[in-house]
Formats: sequence, C-alpha cells, structure tokens
Amino acid sequence: MNTEALIPKIGVVTKITQETPDVKTFQVVGLDGKKVFEHKPGQCAMLSVPGVGEGMFSITSSPTNKEYMEFSIKKCGCVTSWLHAMEPGQQITIRGPYGNGFPVDTDFLGKDLLVIAGGIGLAPVRSVINYCRDNHEKYGSIQVIYGSRSKDDLVKYKEIIDEWENDPNMIVNLTIDREQEGWDGHVGFVPNYVKELNPDTSKTVIMCGPPVMIKFSLAGLKELGFKETQVYTTFELRMKCGIGKCGRCNIGNKYVCKDGPVFRFDQMDELPNEY
Amino acid sequence: MLKISLDKLGSLFDAIAEKEALYIPADKAGQPQYMRYQTGMQMTEALNTVRSAKDFFFPQTENLVNFKVSGKTIEIIDPRTEQEDFVVFGVRGCDVRSFSILDKVFLVDPIDTYYENRRKHGTIVSMACTRPSETCFCHTFGIDAAEPEGDAVCWKTEDALYIKANTEKGEALIEKIRPMLEESDDSAVEAQKAATREILGKLPLANFSTEKFGGDVLLKAFNSEKWASLSEACLGCGTCTFVCPTCQCYDIRDYDTGHGIQRFRCWDSCMYSDFTLMAGGQPRLTQKERFRQRFMHKLVYFPANNNGEYGCVGCGRCLSKCPISMNIVKVAKSLEGDL
Repeated sequence: MNTEALIPKIGVVTKITQETPDVKTFQVVGLDGKKVFEHKPGQCAMLSVPGVGEGMFSITSSPTNKEYMEFSIKKCGCVTSWLHAMEPGQQITIRGPYGNGFPVDTDFLGKDLLVIAGGIGLAPVRSVINYCRDNHEKYGSIQVIYGSRSKDDLVKYKEIIDEWENDPNMIVNLTIDREQEGWDGHVGFVPNYVKELNPDTSKTVIMCGPPVMIKFSLAGLKELGFKETQVYTTFELRMKCGIGKCGRCNIGNKYVCKDGPVFRFDQMDELPNEY
Repeated sequence: MLKISLDKLGSLFDAIAEKEALYIPADKAGQPQYMRYQTGMQMTEALNTVRSAKDFFFPQTENLVNFKVSGKTIEIIDPRTEQEDFVVFGVRGCDVRSFSILDKVFLVDPIDTYYENRRKHGTIVSMACTRPSETCFCHTFGIDAAEPEGDAVCWKTEDALYIKANTEKGEALIEKIRPMLEESDDSAVEAQKAATREILGKLPLANFSTEKFGGDVLLKAFNSEKWASLSEACLGCGTCTFVCPTCQCYDIRDYDTGHGIQRFRCWDSCMYSDFTLMAGGQPRLTQKERFRQRFMHKLVYFPANNNGEYGCVGCGRCLSKCPISMNIVKVAKSLEGDL
C-alpha cells in the first residue's frame, strides 16, 4: 500500500449518469486516463472535493472493468451534494482501496449466490455481482432480490433489465415498496419478498441495505433455515482515515475501514451492537 | 552512572540546545507545559505537565496536504518541510510509555509517515518521579516511575542530575554532552528509587490492578446498567481525551485559506456527538455509548488488538482534570461487581 496513505491522487470524473432522483453514478479515471488503482469486489475508496471534505464510498464497478472505476452515490450530505453538482471533466481526489472486500477467492468459490439489496445498498454489491458474472466459471448461479421505494429509485435499472435479466446464470427479483403506475412487478418490502421467494438454503447470501431491511431479512432467512455463517453484509460507518487509525468506525475492536467493511453475521455476534 | 551537579544544569541544557531543539517541562502562567528551551529557562517543580507529551509526535493540528484548485483541475502539494532533530527532556515514565502505545497505532501498516518522521528525529530523555501523586497509577500497567523507559533516563536528586542511556539515540545524546558529565556511583540513584517505590506502595491507587478488569472481563459488563449512571453527568467536553497521552483519534478537515486548500488533521474526541454522526444515522446514540466507547477502547478493544497491552498509562490526568470527577479508575471499580 502507498505509505503516504493520507495523501490522495487526482481522479477525473469522466461521466456522470443520473440513476435515480437522488443517485448519480460517477466514472473516475486517473490523470493518465487509466484506473487509479486496482481493487477487490466490496472494497471502498476515499473521494474528496478539496475544500469541502472527504467521504468513503464503495466502489460500484467490478475489478473486471479495466477501464475505469464507478461510484454510485446518493445525495445526502455536504460532499455528496458537491459531487452531484459536478460536470464531467471535473477533477476530484481519490485514495484507496480500503477494506477487506468480499471473499470471492475463498468462501464464495463454487457457491450459488443470493444477493439481497435495498435502495442505494445495491452500490457496494454490484461490484461483486458483476465480478462473479465475469468469472462465472468459478461460481454457481446468482439470484438478486433488489427492492427500492419506487421504480424510479432502483439504481442501475438499465443494466439490471438489459444485462442481468438476460443472463442465463442469473435470477433477478425486483420489488418496490408501494404500487406505482407503469410497474407490473412485485410490490412489497424486501424481507417479505425474500420469504415469499423461499430461496434454496444452500446459497451464500450477500446483504446490503438500510439497517431495518438487514434486520428483518436476516430474521426471515433464519426462519427459512439459513445460518449466520452463510450470510455476509457490508457496513459503512463514519470514516476519516480509512486505515484504522482515526478511531471512529470501530465496532468493538474491529475497524470497519480495515477489518471490514464485509463481515459475516456470525462474526457480528461477537461484537457490540453499535452499528 | 554519569552525573552533573544541578548548578550546571543550565549550561547542560545550553549545550544540548546548541546542537538540536530542546524541549523541557517549564511553568508558563502557572501551568507546567513543554516549552522550547531558551537560556535561563527553569524546569518546573510540578510532577507532570497539564497536557501530555504526545504533541511532539502527534500534534494537536497538522497540515497533511494542500490543494490548489483552479477551474476543474486540482494540484496536490505535500506541505512538509524537513523535520529537525529534537530532544524532549524530563518526560515521566507514564508519558514515555504512551509513545510505545501510539507506535502501535501509527507505526503499523500502513505507517503514518508524519508521525514516523517525528519519532525518528526525536530523542526522549525521561525523568524518574520522586513525588508521585494520589492520582498516579502507572504501576497498574507495569510502569516503573522510579526508573522510566526512554532513550535516556535521568534521576534528579537534591544536588545532582544522574543520567543513563537506554538506546543508541540516548548514547548519541550523552556522547555530545559527555565532557560536562562526571562518573559517579549509583548509590544516590538507588536510594532515590527505593524511596520513590516506597511512596508508590502507599498511594491511594496502589492496589488498583488490571486483574479485576483484565482480558475480556470488562466486555462482559458491556450491557451493564451502571454505564447509564456512570455517564449521566458527562458533559461531553472531551477534556479527558485531550489531556490523555494515549488518546489518538483524529479528524481530517479542509480549510480554504483564500490562496488554496489546506487539508489538516486535528485531535478529535469519541466523547463528541458528531464523532460518529453520519447522514444515515448515529451508531452511538447517547453520551452513554460514547462514554462507554472510551473505556472499552482503552481497556478491552486496544488490548484485544495488541497482545493484551492496555491503552492507558495511569498518568492520572483524567482523574484530576475531569470537571465531573469521573474517570477510568471509578469506571473500572464500579463495574467490578458486574464482572
């Protein structure tokens, strides 16, 4: 790792896509037009708008994308509002990658994957979904259960419809919270939909979404017969350094930036309930 | 053992300061603090400085990186200049130990090069305690106030200063001032050590031991109802974290100087409500959780990650400075019943 860990590199925002009313996806490359660094699925990067501040974001693109990195970012605070106000060509700063990432080279090998995501929670898991699609010979099938408030709030909708749904190795189950004109798909909250779908308990589960979705989905999975040892999630707590030193993202003795952000639920049982 | 008569201490300091920056604990406006030595400056008679010595390696604020922004482009500038060699003289055993605790944070991969650079250029000369106070409990963490660690260690008696090197850095420093020192037997030092250890054994906290809260024992008290009453009066002022020699949490912020952006880091405190506040929520909802975090970090989480070493050195600053008189000793003692 770069020993000057706190000094960032320059990234250029080459493309900005409006995904939902409050989510945009940013394509980022280095000054040389290439990726700033390589990463593993599930890892994060610290982006900043100088003068405004830094923020930790999951890298939405798969490592198999050799051209650029993508970040799907919801507008919800200071730095994110500045990012949303940007135009292509704008430079930002970037440092990373941070965190452990998903165990794609170990625990996930040969497994059927079940991805459960809610809202912007798709951003961190899209990386692992596309990574496993691009290396499909190493993994089993991929089922994605993804829900959002409305049809308009489904992130990466075009990619889901055009690519994932046409992938013979994938099953995609979309749901939205309330009935909406122009939506003939499933309506209802993610945890209930998971139970309705009754997925095979041999699958390895990856979950990311609002805490309430995580809580009830986990309970539902357990009812279906899943064990905590086969359910993974990715956390985000407030971070400043990204390297386990600034002291704020810890849950017990684990630092989310360094020891996480990916945890298996049986590991969470050993930690205080402060997340 | 080498010694110098106390009436020549000023000229000894002058000799060191001639070669490199020297800092000594001195009184300023009635408050003992480390100051850059100038001829004539006297060492404080106080037991310890109000603030710890961590500033030398982990300053309260420091500039990490600068940016020049023009239009859509950004230029990154490393603002660091060459670090001068420096000597910190008269550091107590508790504060010396705090450096090795900070090392376990800043010198593990990825190394914090800002901290590392200062560590490389700094020489620590410790000073044995002779009058430990009622708030002292360094012995709880295996620190010997009568013979502290450090690159070199000093004992100040009524008429002389005795000095001994512990490391190469300490030997190099003594080499520079060797002509001013004279050989001596160590009987005065041994007598002082024995006297200090006798006082240490009579202190109010002499029997305060890690056995009661050691290992993962305190973790069992995580859900104790006592945290609510212990933290009830906490003002969230953060004084404990600022005077603490081992508290190392920091914030990173940007400041627009009008001529560019300075990104700086400054001390932060887990006692503050915005320390963990996110747009999406707050994992530590009340002062109870924040208060608990501080003690859990020092007595459970840090040891869990560092072969059992505690994140406390028993300097007693939080005991004497907390405006509501709450502190690590009271916390550990009142939770004993729950363990």
